[in-house]
This record gives sequence, structure tokens and C-alpha cells, in this order.
Amino acid sequence: MTELKLDQALIKKVISATQNGLPICERPYQRIAEQLGIGEDELIELMQKMLSAGLIRRVGLVPNHYALGYRFNLMTVWDVADQSILALGEKVGQLDFVSHCYQRPRQEPDWHYNLFAMVHGRDEQEVEQQVAQIKQLLGDACRAMTQLNSLKILKKTGLRIRS
Amino acid sequence: MKLSEQDRQLLNRVQQDFPLHPEPFKVLSDQLGVPEQEILDRLRSLEQQNAISRFGAVFNHHRAGASTLAALAIPEHEIEEVAAFVSSFAEVNHNYQREHEFNLWFVVNATDQKGVEKVLNQISATYEYPLLDLPMVKGYHIDLGFPLW
Repeated sequence: MTELKLDQALIKKVISATQNGLPICERPYQRIAEQLGIGEDELIELMQKMLSAGLIRRVGLVPNHYALGYRFNLMTVWDVADQSILALGEKVGQLDFVSHCYQRPRQEPDWHYNLFAMVHGRDEQEVEQQVAQIKQLLGDACRAMTQLNSLKILKKTGLRIRS
Repeated sequence: MKLSEQDRQLLNRVQQDFPLHPEPFKVLSDQLGVPEQEILDRLRSLEQQNAISRFGAVFNHHRAGASTLAALAIPEHEIEEVAAFVSSFAEVNHNYQREHEFNLWFVVNATDQKGVEKVLNQISATYEYPLLDLPMVKGYHIDLGFPLW
């Protein structure tokens, strides 16, 4: 795998230097490279490699959905037949309003939902329609579902990896 | 806050594939036909209005270390105390109270699986409530951003 060839110590430094975000300025990478004591080109090349190796999912800007009016987020969980989950998970993940879609293990007898989809909308009605759309897409492969409203965000921080 | 159409398009463009280039905003300027300075001004203004939660690289927690989604079923009157304890771990980066029998949902990230288990063990040793440990089996769409509409 590509990532094995990357300098692990340097990667940790890059994660640590960029986890609080890049500055919005003409040369954001130069600013971070200076902090790390490496060249701007070197940093860009390394980030490119980390992206190719899957260590970085994306480079970009994460909107504050809540401030932008997308106040209703809902964790929806579905009990999907094992033989159908691969194909159906892909389809659910492609829906515009789904920000995260994961398969997770069942933990019987307490928990039998194996597909998680986080949906976002501006009001309750919009979110209800989205849930109905997922339900329709899953069809008979879905045996049960429930939705978990968030009542309170108690902690939300970016990933912290100590270097 | 209400986004202008221009800002909405700009935000949708920069959610992914942000240029890995010494002058990324200049590249965007060429692509969008908007002056570099205007892009910077608009993004700074959005940042000041708290419309941006983060700008930078989104790391793959799974590849960069180990993680799980965990949940606890806690009696209502104890939830605040348990939630504060859970949040006190540096390894916990999301912690939500949700409307369900399992009413506290949190993400644990650590450099390796042992680190994740250590946190879960400490939590279950302190509060003996039903605990779900649901590490990702497969991701179908993971934090790639989504278009604003």
C-alpha cells in the first residue's frame, strides 16, 4: 500500500498542524509549511499522497449546516437484509441529503439495525420526506427502522490525534 | 442566516476538490470566473458569520487510527453526569444526547484499537449501563460533504 511508504512521523505532524484548519489566505499551504519547517511544495505533495492513499478523505471547506438553517439532522437506522445491504447502502449513500452512510454490526439482542444514514434538512417536514424516500428505496429488504433525534450536542470537535 | 445564491454556489464548489496548489484561490478564481480577492473576502465574511465550521483536510479516522460509534442507555436523571464523564475523554470527539432508549451516542477515536477499548472499558467500569460498540463495517458515503440546496 502507498501509505506505508509515507513518512509516518511527518504525517502525524501534518495532521496535527492542519487539524485546526487552514487559514483563508492567498497561500494557506505556505503558512502551514512554515510552521512545520518544510517546503510549501513538499507539504502539497505529501497531502496529495495522503489523499491518494485515503488518509485524507477530502480537502475543502465544511459549512456550518446548523448556522445555514439546516437545523434538523436525524440519525436514521435501518435493519436491512444482509444479502442486500451492499447494493442498497451504496444507493442510500448517493442521496444528496445523506451526509454519512455506514454499515455497522448488529449487537443482538439490544440492537438489530445495521445501516446508519445521517440526513439533514431545514425543517421537520423536509426531513420526513427524506426518510420516506430512503424507506421506498430500501423496499422489502428493510425489516425495521427507527430514527434518533438529537436532543443536545454535548461535544463536537474535529479529530484530535496527539503527535 | 440566508445564503446568497453566489455564496451558496461558492460553498458547494469548495466543499471538495479544493485545489492542492500553492495559490488555491487563484485556481478557483480561474475556474469560477470570480476575482481571487472577492473569493477570499466572501469566504472570510462567511467565516465571520459562523457559516463555516472548518476549512482544511478531512482526515479518514478509520485509516488514521481506530474509531467506533458507541451508545449508552442511561436513566434520564443521570444523563448529565454520565455525559460529562464521557465528554471528558480527549478521545471522544462527538457526543450527542438522542431520543431513544440508548440516549447517549458518542464517537471514540484513538491511535489504535487498544486506545478505543481502554476508553470504553473505563466508561463501562464507571457506569454499568447497557453499552453498544458499533465500529464501522463499511462506509457508503463518508463525510464527503453534500450540496446545499
